[in-house]
Amino acid sequence: MYAVRRWSVRHARAMEILYAGFERVLIAMQPLFRLIGYERLEKPVALVERGVKGLLFDCRMCGDCILSSTGMSCPMNCPKQMRNGPCGGVRADGYCEVKPDMRCVWVDAWEGSKRMRRGTRIHQVQPQLDARLQGRSSWLRVVREEKTRMTGTVSGQ
Amino acid sequence: MTHIDAPPDGSGELRGLSSDGRLERVLKSSQFAITAELAPPDSADPEDVYERARLFDGCVDAINATDGSGANCHMSSVGVCALLSRQGYSMVMQVTCRDRNRIAIQGDVLGAAAMGVTNILCLTGDGVQAGDEPEAKPVFDLDSVSLLRAVRMMRDDAHFLTRRPLSTPPRVFLGASVNPFVPPHDFQIHKLEKKIDAGAQFIQTQYCYDLPMLEDFMAQVRARELHRRAYILVGVGVPSSAQSARWMREHIPGLHIPDSIIERLERAGEPRDEGARICVETLQALRDIEGVAGAHIMAYKREADVAGIIDRSGVLADRELR
Repeated sequence: MYAVRRWSVRHARAMEILYAGFERVLIAMQPLFRLIGYERLEKPVALVERGVKGLLFDCRMCGDCILSSTGMSCPMNCPKQMRNGPCGGVRADGYCEVKPDMRCVWVDAWEGSKRMRRGTRIHQVQPQLDARLQGRSSWLRVVREEKTRMTGTVSGQ
Repeated sequence: MTHIDAPPDGSGELRGLSSDGRLERVLKSSQFAITAELAPPDSADPEDVYERARLFDGCVDAINATDGSGANCHMSSVGVCALLSRQGYSMVMQVTCRDRNRIAIQGDVLGAAAMGVTNILCLTGDGVQAGDEPEAKPVFDLDSVSLLRAVRMMRDDAHFLTRRPLSTPPRVFLGASVNPFVPPHDFQIHKLEKKIDAGAQFIQTQYCYDLPMLEDFMAQVRARELHRRAYILVGVGVPSSAQSARWMREHIPGLHIPDSIIERLERAGEPRDEGARICVETLQALRDIEGVAGAHIMAYKREADVAGIIDRSGVLADRELR
C-alpha cells in the first residue's frame, strides 16, 4: 500500500535495525532450514515474505532484495525498475515521469538512506537482476548465501 | 578539421585510449569538443540520413544516433550508425534499455563496434508512455548503470555478462547521461559518480537552460574531482519560440526551462534568432566553466542552424574550421 510504503521509508532507520535482528535470527535457523530442505521451504517462506514485505514496501518479489541499499524504498516499484538511482525524468516536484501520482521511488530512497546507519550502500553499483529469481524468497537466499560464504563453497560472493 | 574517424594505423591500439575514435582523442587532448544529435528519419532511404549528417560536416566531433528518443519509433541507432560508418563519420551510438534485453544489447554492441562505432552512450531510456507507442511492453532488463558495467566488462575483460569469452572485444569509449536539473538535486552528483564507477568516460547532460544551476553542479563535480575521471559535455538546445519551449517543458521528461528563458523568447521580435543567440551565449559560457569539456547540441528541427551557431560562438576558434 502506497501510504504504508511511504511510512516505511520515513522509518528507514527502525526498519534497518529490525531487519538486522531478523537476519541474525534467519541465519541462526540455518541448520533447521537445511534439515527441512530449502526447496521444500521455498513456497511457504516466499508466501510469508510476500505478505510481510508486500504490506510494508509494496514488495514485487524480485528475489534479490536490496532494500537495505535503497533507503527501504523498493526499486521494483519504479516503472523502469531502476536499481541504481533515479532516471533523468523525475518531475520538478519529485514525482514520477511515468506515474505522475507517485513519488519517485528514488527520491524516497535517497531520503530513506540519509536516515540509515549504513545509508552509503546506496552508492554501490548494482549489477543486473537475475530474472529467474522472480517470485522466490530473498530471505532464504540470504541464509543460503551466508552458508556458502562461511563454508567457502562458492567464491566471489 | 576533419570529420572522419582515423582508422587504427596498423599498429593496432592508440596508447592510453580505449577507442580508436575521434571524440576520445579530441577530449584527451583538452580541446573543447562538440557533439550533435541527428534526428533519425522515419524513412528507409539512406539519403535521408546522409542529408541530415551533412549539416554537421566540419563542425562536430561526433554525431549522436538516438535510440528511439522520447520512446518514438524512428530508424534505429544501429541502422543510422551503419549508414554513417559507410561514409566515415564519427558517431556516438545511443543504447537504451527500454526496448531490448541483455541478449540483444550485447549483440548490438559487438555488431556496432565491428562496423566502426567507437563511442557508445548508455541510457535507461524514456518510459513508453512518453512516446507514440504507449501500448508497447517496456523491457528495462538492464538500467543505465548495469548497462555501462556490462559494456565495460565486454571491452576490458573480453567476455559477455555470462563470462563467455569474446575473441575480439569492442574498443569503445563509454558515455552516460546525467541530469543536474531535476530532483533529487543533492543525489545527482552521486548518480554521476556511480556511473563513472560503472565505466562512464564521457557524460552528455540533459539540456542546460539554467546556467546558475549548472554552475552549482559543476562546483560539486570539481569538489569530488569527477571532471578528472570523465569528460563532461553539457547539453544545449536551440529554442524556436516561447510556445515550443513551453510545450517541450511540459512534454519532455526531465526538461527544465526557467521562466526567464521563455520570457526572453516572448519579448524577442524574432524568436528564432533569439533562440540561436541563447545557444551561442550558453556555448560561450560553457567554455569558461572549469570542468566542462565540451557541448552536446540537440537542435531539434534546427539542425541546419548548428554550424552557424558554433561558428558565431567561437568555441572552436582554436581549431581550423572547414
